[in-house]
Amino acid sequence: MIVAAAGGPVIPTFGSGSGSFACERANRLFCPGWVSRNWSSVLWPALVQHIVLTLIAVSIGFVLSMALALVAYRRRWLERPVLIVTSILYTIPSLALFELLVAPVGQNVFAAEVALVSYTLLILFRNTLTGLREVPAEVRDAAAGMGMGPTQSLLRVEIPLALPAIIAGLRIATVTVISLATVASLIDNEGLGVPILTAISNEVFKTELIVAGGMAVLLALAADALLVLAQRALTPWTRVKAA
Amino acid sequence: MANRLGFPLLPTDHTAHQEGPSAFPQAATLELRSVSKRYPGQRQPAIADLSFRVEAGEVCVLVGPSGSGKTTAMRLINRMIPLSGGDILLGGSSVLQREPHELRREIGYAIQQIGLFPHHTVAENIATVPRLLGWGKDRVAARVHELLDLIGMDPDDIGARYPAQLSGGQRQRVGVARALAADPPLMLMDEPFGAIDPINRARLQEEFLALQRRVRKTVVFVTHDIDEAIKVGDKIAILRQGGHLAQYDTPEEILTNPADEFVAEFVGQDRALKRLGLATLEHVELLSPDGIPTGGGIVARTTTVRDALSQILASGGKPVSVLDDRGGVAGVVTLDLLGTLLGGGALDEAERDFAR
Repeated sequence: MIVAAAGGPVIPTFGSGSGSFACERANRLFCPGWVSRNWSSVLWPALVQHIVLTLIAVSIGFVLSMALALVAYRRRWLERPVLIVTSILYTIPSLALFELLVAPVGQNVFAAEVALVSYTLLILFRNTLTGLREVPAEVRDAAAGMGMGPTQSLLRVEIPLALPAIIAGLRIATVTVISLATVASLIDNEGLGVPILTAISNEVFKTELIVAGGMAVLLALAADALLVLAQRALTPWTRVKAA
Repeated sequence: MANRLGFPLLPTDHTAHQEGPSAFPQAATLELRSVSKRYPGQRQPAIADLSFRVEAGEVCVLVGPSGSGKTTAMRLINRMIPLSGGDILLGGSSVLQREPHELRREIGYAIQQIGLFPHHTVAENIATVPRLLGWGKDRVAARVHELLDLIGMDPDDIGARYPAQLSGGQRQRVGVARALAADPPLMLMDEPFGAIDPINRARLQEEFLALQRRVRKTVVFVTHDIDEAIKVGDKIAILRQGGHLAQYDTPEEILTNPADEFVAEFVGQDRALKRLGLATLEHVELLSPDGIPTGGGIVARTTTVRDALSQILASGGKPVSVLDDRGGVAGVVTLDLLGTLLGGGALDEAERDFAR
């Protein structure tokens, strides 16, 4: 433990001044004053960065997985190789993957996004493919028998019916990315991970960690709730009562 | 008679044209010419040299045990399964000359599992083929309305529901309406009532026949149930293992003169009874009620001969009185009379009338 100068502040970052820093001087666990003073300069920008990081990662992951799933849906033999590769990506410990990517990509936001995207692929690919495969055979048969071509059947029948599984995958992937993006701050120095890492490297002052961690949890819950609402709006037929 | 949209619903002749705002005016003849289907790696062909012709507006039932290739034969027609040999002519032109998906939009398609789209409402399901054909919005809406009327469903209530909100029988009717949507000249129906309980199945068969009398489509109807085949078919094609055509004829001809042992066994030991089910008492010359002690009860003149026999047997062989449609006694049937009719071939003509 660092031995602080007698009576001096333990935390160098909370600035100087008198009265209002009593909480920080007393090394309390949580200092609401710090939160309000640093909301617009530290926490809000970090939250926005975090949301952008997540949106980019999930969007790219979604497009890639969707494409892979659609190809594997038509060509069954592709399913295994894609599953193997995405599973390996998914299993690499996040810290190791982030550090591995620094060498080829650099210590920047690109490295972070590459890693985050790679964690979405397995979930989104598997859910999308499962959703498509679970479209009842007689429904596909009826679509073809009434004169839909393969693309029409996919767009009008199979993808809509796979939506519940696809959105379920998006929910897991989004929450995972929001959580992992805090770790990605190690290499991209962005998002809610930054205040958390600052607090970790500090021995005593933990307000940043508690606030930023809490914000990441709330962000994950909010994103999940939004996706649930989107699913309700997009799949009204799943909520009707059976006759 | 006109429905509330002002379209005439009762056909005045045997074309599909009068049924609605039609895309394909005439029911078409269908002809299979030496059709064969061979799957790679299998020694025996699934279908070998199958030929028959269905006249426009007729119901042709393909019937046979499992493995007889009846469903395969049906799916060859709309090219859901590619032909290995031979040709199929619809309205005189080969289906092989057509783009498969365009051909299928002109052929109604109803299957046992129905395959309604769960994410589409009933109205959207029925609108499937008209939309594929690029009909305008108003025309599609009018057609959906008309078809729901035709199958006896309230367009405003049922139309907005999802398939999960319907009973099995309702789903089946919607499946048939969907197949009829673009007024196709040919309908393919694969065991359409197979998954329905016996009571509702009988009702759906009646409804199908009533509907068919109005729309007069050419229909290829697949079933494994010979009783269903006899009830709905104008012609029956009995297939045996390997897609061989054992007999192709009217129901009464198949029941009276089965072509071989296989057909006789397939139609069953009770084929005499089945023949009695084809005619009603209207076709029977009744005995005068004078001097015959009845006691077997009363039946209407529209009762089938088979049901009248059943009633006589149930009452211990006593003759039953037959009422005409005004409620007066038209005559009496006895066990002896029915026996004579069956033996003497007097029913043949009656059956032919009735089957039309």
